[in-house]
Amino acid sequence: MRVREVYGRSDYAIIGEIVEPGAKVLDLGCGEGELLVWLIENKRVNGRGVELSPDRVRKAIARGASVFQGDFENALEDYPDAAFDYVILSETLQETKSPLKVLNSMLRVGKRAIVAFPNFGHWRVRMAHLVSGRAPKTRLFPHDWYSSPNIHFLTVEDFELLASEQNWRLEKKIFLRGARTVKSWPNLRAEIAVFLLSRGVN
Amino acid sequence: MTIAIPSLDLDCGATLAPVDIAYESWGELNSARSNAILILHAFSGDSHAAGHGGWWEAMIGPGRAFDTNRYFIVCSNVLGGCRGTTGPGSKNPATGKPYAMQFPVITVGDMVRLQARLADQLGVGKWLAVAGGSMGGMQALEWAVAYPERVASAIVIAATAKHSAQQIAFNEVGRQAIVADPDWCGGNYYGQALPARGLAVARMVGHITYMSDASMREKFGRRLRGKDAFGFDFSVDFEVESYLRYRGSQFVERFDANSYLYITKAMDYFDLSAGRRSLAEVFAEAKTRFLILSFTSDWLYPTYQSIEIVTALRRWNGDVAFCELSSSYGHDAFLVDTREQAEIVTGFLARTSESLR
Repeated sequence: MRVREVYGRSDYAIIGEIVEPGAKVLDLGCGEGELLVWLIENKRVNGRGVELSPDRVRKAIARGASVFQGDFENALEDYPDAAFDYVILSETLQETKSPLKVLNSMLRVGKRAIVAFPNFGHWRVRMAHLVSGRAPKTRLFPHDWYSSPNIHFLTVEDFELLASEQNWRLEKKIFLRGARTVKSWPNLRAEIAVFLLSRGVN
Repeated sequence: MTIAIPSLDLDCGATLAPVDIAYESWGELNSARSNAILILHAFSGDSHAAGHGGWWEAMIGPGRAFDTNRYFIVCSNVLGGCRGTTGPGSKNPATGKPYAMQFPVITVGDMVRLQARLADQLGVGKWLAVAGGSMGGMQALEWAVAYPERVASAIVIAATAKHSAQQIAFNEVGRQAIVADPDWCGGNYYGQALPARGLAVARMVGHITYMSDASMREKFGRRLRGKDAFGFDFSVDFEVESYLRYRGSQFVERFDANSYLYITKAMDYFDLSAGRRSLAEVFAEAKTRFLILSFTSDWLYPTYQSIEIVTALRRWNGDVAFCELSSSYGHDAFLVDTREQAEIVTGFLARTSESLR
């Protein structure tokens, strides 16, 4: 199935479909606020964002998004419990210093978390590594090892395993290859994985 | 324009009566009365924010960030000032002479309470935005806390929720320079020689704190003024000395020394969290959208003070946007480095007015 794209990003479109109108949303690492502004204008969400780069923050605020300049790994601690309906982390999990801490904080300040990440288990990544014998470089992971912002690589399998260990409820899973959804063998075939999760009942 | 208010109760317990408030306005108030913006001036500013020679001319006008084609813009001179609003240089009706030191000590809260009376007179129930830098930003914060239902958004630039020991210290140096001038005469210098030397020294100190090491290096370096070699005396040698003396003597012509004392005291007393457990508690009821801006080279109102406000707001999940802008101009950046500020304010105001519709 083909999904729509928002600012050329199919994961944005998926997130846009998950979030219901009027929700309270926090977007971590929101960049120039593209998704946030789209959600504000199309879903009338009450939105907030956190972004590290001052240039991007400037552009995001100029677009009309309430974005705060800071490191979200520290900033998450300041928000009260269950302050948001959704906390979004879009293709940034692999760049965080403490991914597990981030995910748990997201589930503390948000009733639900939406996490999208590039799948390191994709067959092209596996092939690139196997054939070249070097740190894999693909369309999805285009950086050289020494200049990559990515510091924690994970696959669809890794995430699902962690979710079951942490007793998180995976309410939705959407797997993408370009602008198409992937139904079978996601850990091999998905380029981007999008999870909607909440804390499970203990 | 000047409006007279019959009386105003002050935080110190005194009542001031009557009180004049001088203001200027630009643009038109719309029929829904939803496009009014209050601009709040810094320590030595006045109501002339926009138009020729206005202190925020680059930010206010047709097609500018505070777009006078879209918004009704108001700026008033603060209580205690010397540019049309009642202050220590105004006539005390009880004596027929200037108040001088009989003028009650005022606070930022008093300044804002007077502005609220002006808003009543202008028929503005709720401001689309209250906005200012430095002491103007402090007033914007006070507005949002004292009248949350009357402020849709607050733009707080290079400001703080409370004056620090360093900020109080610089103000005290300025005040002592004035008081030490023999011409100050216990404040009763009206109609005779002004405490010009004291006020000029106070302003010189002020100007140093408004610039940065980098901006002074760039502007003056060690260049000599009108000479090729040191004079080996205590006349002006350096360009920077000449500049400070010039700014000091210029200031004397437009500013009242007693207003300097009263307004700096009001700034030093400013502490939004006074009497509360924390700054966060102050914002528990905040309904206002906040835009907080600071500048990298501003060491007088450093970024950490803006972050304190932002963090307090976020503890209640308040609606806040924050950015530290890159500038080498120091505290003066909010007045002179306006390009990025304008870009941000334009978008922020557009979204705020949209959300009110």
